[in-house]
Amino acid sequence: MPGKLKVKIVAGRHLPVMDRASDLTDAFVEVKFGNTTFKTDVYPKSLNPQWNSEWFKFEVDDEDLQDEPLQITVLDHDTYSANDAIGKVYIDIDPLLYSEAATVISGWFPIYDTIHGIRGEINVVVKVDLFNDLNRFRQSSCGVKFFCTTSIPKCYRAVIIHGFVEELVVNEDPEYQWIDRIRTPRASNEARQRLISLMSGELQRKIGLKVLEMRGNAVVGYLQCFDLEGESGLVVRAIGTACTLDKLSSPAAFLPACNSPSKEMKEIPFNEDPNPNTHSSGPSTPLKNQTYSFSPSKSYSRQSSSSDTDLSLTPKTGMGSGSAGKEGGPFKALLRQQTQSALEQREFPFFTLTAFPPGFLVHVGGVVSARSVKLLDRIHNPDEPETRDAWWAEIRQEIKSHAKALGCHAVVGYSESTSICEEVCILSASGTAAVLNPRFLQDGTVEGCLEQRLEENLPAGCGFCHIPYDELNMPFPAHLTYCYNCRKQKVPDVLFTTIDLPTDATVIGKGCLIQARLCRLKKKAQAEANATAISNLLPFMEYEVHTQLMNKLKLKGMNALFGLRIQITVGENMLMGLASATGVYLAALPTPGGIQIAGKTPNDGSYEQHISHMQKKINDTIAKNKELYEINPPEISEEIIGSPIPEPRQRSRLLRSQSESSDEVTELDLSHGKKDAFVLEIDDTDAMEDVHSLLTDVPPPSGFYSCNTEIMPGINNWTSEIQMFTSVRVIRLSSLNLTNQALNKNFNDLCENLLKSLYFKLRSMIPCCLCHVNFTVSLPEDELIQVTVTAVAITFDKNQALQTTKAHVEKSLQRASTDNEELLQFPLELCSDSLPSHPFPPAKEHLESASSNSGIPAAQRAVTVEKTSPMGEGNFRNRSAAPCANSTVGVVKMTPLSFIPGAKITKYLGIINMFFIRETTSLREEGGVSGFLHAFIAEVFAMVRAHVAALGGNAVVSYIMKQCVFMENPNKNQAQCLINVSGDAVVFARESELEVVSTQQPAANCQPACTGGEVTT
Amino acid sequence: MTSELDIFVGNTTLIDEDVYRLWLDGYSVGDAVALRVRSGILEQTGATAAVLQSDTMDHYRTFHMLERLLHAPPKLLHQLIYQIPPSRQALLIERYYAFDEAFVREVLGKKLSKGTKKDLDDISTKTGITLKSCRRQFDNFKRVFKVVEEMRGSLVDNIQQHFLLSDRLARDYAAIVFFANNRFETGKKKLQYLSFGDFAFCAELMIQNWTLGAVGEAPTDPDSQVDDMDMDLDKEFLQDLKELKVLVADKDLLDLHKSLVCTALRGKLGVFSEMEANFKNLSRGLVNVATKLTHNKDVRDLFVDLVEKFVEPCRSDHWPLSDVRLFLNQYSASVHSLDGFRHQALWDRYMGTLRGCLLRLYHD
Repeated sequence: MPGKLKVKIVAGRHLPVMDRASDLTDAFVEVKFGNTTFKTDVYPKSLNPQWNSEWFKFEVDDEDLQDEPLQITVLDHDTYSANDAIGKVYIDIDPLLYSEAATVISGWFPIYDTIHGIRGEINVVVKVDLFNDLNRFRQSSCGVKFFCTTSIPKCYRAVIIHGFVEELVVNEDPEYQWIDRIRTPRASNEARQRLISLMSGELQRKIGLKVLEMRGNAVVGYLQCFDLEGESGLVVRAIGTACTLDKLSSPAAFLPACNSPSKEMKEIPFNEDPNPNTHSSGPSTPLKNQTYSFSPSKSYSRQSSSSDTDLSLTPKTGMGSGSAGKEGGPFKALLRQQTQSALEQREFPFFTLTAFPPGFLVHVGGVVSARSVKLLDRIHNPDEPETRDAWWAEIRQEIKSHAKALGCHAVVGYSESTSICEEVCILSASGTAAVLNPRFLQDGTVEGCLEQRLEENLPAGCGFCHIPYDELNMPFPAHLTYCYNCRKQKVPDVLFTTIDLPTDATVIGKGCLIQARLCRLKKKAQAEANATAISNLLPFMEYEVHTQLMNKLKLKGMNALFGLRIQITVGENMLMGLASATGVYLAALPTPGGIQIAGKTPNDGSYEQHISHMQKKINDTIAKNKELYEINPPEISEEIIGSPIPEPRQRSRLLRSQSESSDEVTELDLSHGKKDAFVLEIDDTDAMEDVHSLLTDVPPPSGFYSCNTEIMPGINNWTSEIQMFTSVRVIRLSSLNLTNQALNKNFNDLCENLLKSLYFKLRSMIPCCLCHVNFTVSLPEDELIQVTVTAVAITFDKNQALQTTKAHVEKSLQRASTDNEELLQFPLELCSDSLPSHPFPPAKEHLESASSNSGIPAAQRAVTVEKTSPMGEGNFRNRSAAPCANSTVGVVKMTPLSFIPGAKITKYLGIINMFFIRETTSLREEGGVSGFLHAFIAEVFAMVRAHVAALGGNAVVSYIMKQCVFMENPNKNQAQCLINVSGDAVVFARESELEVVSTQQPAANCQPACTGGEVTT
Repeated sequence: MTSELDIFVGNTTLIDEDVYRLWLDGYSVGDAVALRVRSGILEQTGATAAVLQSDTMDHYRTFHMLERLLHAPPKLLHQLIYQIPPSRQALLIERYYAFDEAFVREVLGKKLSKGTKKDLDDISTKTGITLKSCRRQFDNFKRVFKVVEEMRGSLVDNIQQHFLLSDRLARDYAAIVFFANNRFETGKKKLQYLSFGDFAFCAELMIQNWTLGAVGEAPTDPDSQVDDMDMDLDKEFLQDLKELKVLVADKDLLDLHKSLVCTALRGKLGVFSEMEANFKNLSRGLVNVATKLTHNKDVRDLFVDLVEKFVEPCRSDHWPLSDVRLFLNQYSASVHSLDGFRHQALWDRYMGTLRGCLLRLYHD
């Protein structure tokens, strides 16, 4: 009997009027956990009842504690008829089950009803007393921490990163049970909400058990999803990365490091355990590159699932030695072996992380992805979800083999998704093939002189770009050159990845959001025929999406994509593909060639003219973009680079689909041969359209930047004002003679207009950057396309932005001419000049301006910081609460990022994972579909904030809206929507509040740095 | 391609002040978009009309959802659904409760009933304020009235507490509620030259001096049946005002009063002769207004009477404001020297307020 759950119902407020006669309500509360129910007394005739109940005590197994939600129902007492339910609150008590998280849940929760929405609030206090359980065969996994964040959470240190954990549970969907015909929509919705809550509790517990088996204590990058398979059931599945985390215990010791990146940096090189904090507190900084001489190394190549299925063909060890010889010599090889053995013990060497502790990522091979089309059938036995397991196992195997083909033994930035339409389901998985440093993967600290030396020899900021595969045995044709940074290793011409930009990568200029959008019509069909049709279309779509991405990337004058996410959505009569990524210019990769247009009929004069006109437009766009994104790489003469590596493919033209598609899994050769320029052959109107659509993408208005990664490369002086938002659009296509082109145009316009609207709405935040822009597409009905966007707008300080870029460019120039021998000097240099040249968040400006002559008067900068527009959350805090000072509602920030600009996360309170259903039978009265969904999303935000506040937190990080399923039936005046959100509840403190401590820092900080320096030399 | 659904929800609710104003002014989405286009916003931002349309719709929807909360501003502060910075909350409330001068002049002193609401059409046509905006303003008046009607204590404080308005706006509402409650006539043609500010000024003086709350005696008597201390005129006081009749009824007293005033003002007044000639008429007018206040009908006509009996005669003789001031001061003060007159305190309570009002009402 390992746990006692205690609940106290304090009061209610703003309850709805339930008795028309008196305009009042006689409210009481039922508290239910598992099968036990308690009731409060009826508090008669009040809309603000004060129950002040006793403590209701539930004695339960910790297994139940993990699975079951606490269910609180507020009812109106009625003497003569049945009591009317006002609404419910579900509280996930999981955060109370681990020691470092929340100790009590206490606060006002919105009372939610699936038909009426939020109806007043209730004040509840929840506590858990856990007893130690010595039973070794226990089913619970209390104590395992869960994080949605896809990097090592701040204020923790990764001791070991164990690897992939996955689990799925299935059940019948209550909406499709026979009983649903006779029960009310409310009962049905509540049954669904409760079931999903139970299933996710169970799922989390099972994953926790796996983690304990691996001897880990936490799951990072936890991603849980629902598949509403309709008739065939309900699947809840989750993936994550098991880790052993160490709390950075003594805050005193780490305060300096956490406070400002510029300081952290100095500690790093000498710290034996790389401090995860470093990369935590924010955006990448050019400086780090230098310090980090070891850094990840190697390579890339290009996007794509490789074409090889046969594992034995892939040059596993060969490629290792091939490129390693020059670089680290035997050490390198040894490292590789170590890593390999560490990873081979795992079935799937996958990591859901997108950002890594310094030194973890050695080389990046490129994007690997796999898709499979399945026909859904009823899940006969919910306890044996084998079919679904087998499906995913198959896909993961595929991913693993693709990674091997790229000479990589691991996949990072891994994620899985589904798209379901009727009985057809597309399963997708993607990630980035990579070579990892074994140090984090094994028990016991493996660091010896081996790694020390390796680290010293690896060039900074470019290592991860170096190819991991053997250049003589490349899995696909690619154009290789010597790295533009270190000149020692080979790099590909373009690099696509699903991860965030490594903190130590050297980037020139700023990045930007790049999207490829595509629609394909498909005949309506049933079952097998339908699945086959989809399978046949997939390779073409994937190919075209990649072509678009590549073209747009070149148009931007950039050479690498990060955070790539390709979503293929299936509908009744069409397939949609949407790829989003953040383009950047990596200093290590060659300058991208332009785009050349070639006409097919060279004899036609006017045609020729037209072509040249287009060519000019394209060239102009590229030039404009280079200016816009400040891409001005240092000029390097050819001699330094050395002659290009002879390449088998000199011809450069698009390969129109030479893809072969297997039954279920698509494999493509998406490589576009390349030399200097990219040639677009205009041979038909389609191609013409393509070129046109390339040019229609409008850049964001000045002062705006956007990216879909955590941070914007090239901007690192965020101010504290953030605004998270969700925007949803649904368009109806006119069904008459739809063509692929018309469809593409509609879809393209939809996305572009949506972005334009966002820029317009957020114009008061300029200069600002939309970060973590996350588009999802769904096809709820025949002629409807729904696009949902969640992102966060963060303001930054423009003055400093310019400054940084300048510093940045100088730095990269400097690095370009730096030889390896000089690397040893770096730590010393850093001691002296890192502070002034590193402007980060505003809080530290004072500190900085004191020691630097950066040209901008400190006062002026202070003003910019203060001027946070009233619209954002910047000036929410108490002191500005001028006229309405009696407000009791605390501010809770929400962000899809893992950090909060200008603030330090001091505590993680637990995972937030909520699922809501809202239904209406009076759609018109609620303001139509827009009014209905607007209100619902606002309510979801409110409930998330209330839960976080009750846990004692003031922010949600890594927030994500995983599902937003909207169905309408305007004829019946009905609509229904399901939303699933998750994130990590945290406590953060402003850096300015911590500044008191930080004043003595500079001096204190040099100390460890210098002593450390002696050790290393 | 038509947009079926188009929404934007921020963790912090976005409030566009310009659009809020358009919404408050009662413009339809279409009109609002047109007005925004005319403001040149498209050129400034490079946005398209479609973007503007979507943005406007979105804001309108937000305001529509917030409106329910704005009806009880403390709810806006405590609700959890919309995260709005306090400064923005204050702005939302203040603007929502702000009213148009033209509109308030039309309904000031009228009963805030369904009947009046029906006349809003006409008011809208007359003032050029949209019907929607008229309705909002009217409903605001009525809502505030209903809430504070039964309350004890200071009117301004009550309004401020329940509607979280700024001091300035709360005072204006106090005036509106006070006028509506006492049904003072303000719509007559001869009162048209007066602004809302003039009336509000008088209302404040009257609330401070002529109501029960003004005497400050009620709180000590908890059984008192008089609830709305600040809204109703002090009945006893009005009854007592009959005693002032003697000032004009008693011929000796009137003559003495006149001679006292004339002696004091001789040589100081530009319009001395006119004053001397008119003294009895003016004094009769002012005192008669006082003695009639026991009748509801005459209370309602208070401002009409003051204008007719005092403002207009003086104006026709071209009294400058400074002379009016001198005269009224002397006129009030001289009563203290009338030995036969025993109601000095009553006189001061009446005349102190009236003097203030008259000075404010005396302009073109």
